Amino acid sequence: MNFQTTIGLEVHVELKTNSKIYSPSPVEYGDQPNENTNVIDWGYPGVLPTLNKGVVRDGIMAGLALHAQIAHHMHFDRKNYFYPDNPKAYQITQSDTPIAHDGWIEIDVDGKKKKIGIEEMHIEEDAGKNTHTSKYSYVDLNRQGTPLIEIVSKPDIASPEEAVAYLEALRQRIQFTGISDVKMEEGSMRVDTNISIRPVGSDKFGTKTEMKNINSFNYVRKALAYEEKRHQNLLMSGGHIAQETRRYDEPTGTTVAMRSKEGADDYRYFPEPDIPDLNVSDEWIQEIASEMPVMPGERRKHYVDDLGLTDYDAMVLTQTKEMSDFFEEAVKDGGDPKRLANYLMNDVNSYMNDNHVDLQDTKLTPANLAGMVKLIEDGTISSKMAKKVFKGIMNGEEPNAYAKEHGLVQLSDPAQLQPIVDDVLANNQQSIDDYKNGKNRAFGFLMGQIMKQTHGKANPQMVTQLLKKSLANI
Amino acid sequence: MASKITEQQVQHVAELAKLEFPKDELGQFTTQLGNIIDMFEDLQAVDTDGVEPMTSATDRVNVMREDKAVRSSKEEREAIFKNAPDADDGYIRVPAIIDESEDGE
Repeated sequence: MNFQTTIGLEVHVELKTNSKIYSPSPVEYGDQPNENTNVIDWGYPGVLPTLNKGVVRDGIMAGLALHAQIAHHMHFDRKNYFYPDNPKAYQITQSDTPIAHDGWIEIDVDGKKKKIGIEEMHIEEDAGKNTHTSKYSYVDLNRQGTPLIEIVSKPDIASPEEAVAYLEALRQRIQFTGISDVKMEEGSMRVDTNISIRPVGSDKFGTKTEMKNINSFNYVRKALAYEEKRHQNLLMSGGHIAQETRRYDEPTGTTVAMRSKEGADDYRYFPEPDIPDLNVSDEWIQEIASEMPVMPGERRKHYVDDLGLTDYDAMVLTQTKEMSDFFEEAVKDGGDPKRLANYLMNDVNSYMNDNHVDLQDTKLTPANLAGMVKLIEDGTISSKMAKKVFKGIMNGEEPNAYAKEHGLVQLSDPAQLQPIVDDVLANNQQSIDDYKNGKNRAFGFLMGQIMKQTHGKANPQMVTQLLKKSLANI
Repeated sequence: MASKITEQQVQHVAELAKLEFPKDELGQFTTQLGNIIDMFEDLQAVDTDGVEPMTSATDRVNVMREDKAVRSSKEEREAIFKNAPDADDGYIRVPAIIDESEDGE
């Protein structure tokens, strides 16, 4: 029997606003435990949460980036549960009226393009963090109230590969809006998956299983592939699938059943009485749309169609908004796009990897990278010299001044080079004869002599040109 | 009118609310909660066709604050901790939680 797979994904993204969603406590990481908390975060009786306008703005921005419809009227809902990471014993979320609905993003799997629908997207608060020992648990509420957006896909995803492509496209689009760092490894992007299979042609979905908080794209792919296979084996052997929440076990690469969770009814949702209803005007939506940075897809098209880059170059340069903005700035500063792209993708990327830094944390500026590329283009420095100049600009040096200061300037002036060419020719009659007799190696020897006399600073192209001309005239 | 709630449901809601009470009170609560639900049933008689569901009891809308961070003072944080069951090195200390959470940290 052949099966088809249906996958839906729920993605939580932490927003990097200044303050929390319902309290003015700072949103910051790595501070002392409970330093960024106040009476609202602790859920003291009688406190009144107030909605952060910046979160609504970011939510609208995310909705627009996902081609979704923005809700004009919304309210918040209270989701009740007891757990010590949330002293209020409820989460303020949006259940009935999500801030955005019916969006889509395009994915590309092996050149095949497909649109994946977005069911809805809502804003809500994160919970605190617990650490456990055998005797005690320790509660840190710094994360309590950090704004989240939850993005719920339609069950349009047909394979683990499509799921990862969706996550990559989603991460990129959100990253380009600038509202979140969307880093799985730091927990600012978290993924829950739902998967079911059914016989090809059947119009009824199979029973689904859920997996929560899988912490890398690679594990998402592996976990879904494992579940897909497990469902198939169960059905083929006459078993049936239990609707349950499972956990991906990284060391064994398998999934294991967890305790069954509270059902939706058990959360006893009701409209949140502390947050008044919210109306969003078309004017506000327009204003936010006008602040939307150009999305990666459009940028890639521009790089390929107008700047002559390959699809691959364009893909690498649009991995992050910082890289893409940097590249565009350097192009504006007059650098050759292809050469800039190569430097960013190779030398700069290696530097970032070796030093574990992001582009914005280096001392490199677009103007300095463009400046160095221009020096290569006009023959002022050789590609060998560029390696040294590159070290300079990575330390914040201006390339022109740095090259001059370190004697990294090619000799390109024919008036200076010609006497050296003449001198070398006058002293190497044997090579001239060899060259005339068709021995090409003699040309290389003569080149080498000239480079030696100029301590390697002569511009090889210029020397080649002058040498050929001089030899022809002998 | 027959009760709209069973003893099982009352027991379940009590568990969700982390409430514990003696078994013999279960019947009493079930009757009482049933009466309350019956009272709400009476409201069903009101014609609400064309009436939008109410989601807020206040007539204020769009109450938002600007995204500005305000850090609690040291004194404020110390005051907050006075109601913590126990504290240790800046953390709230509670009896060990048997971890049923999703992330299982």
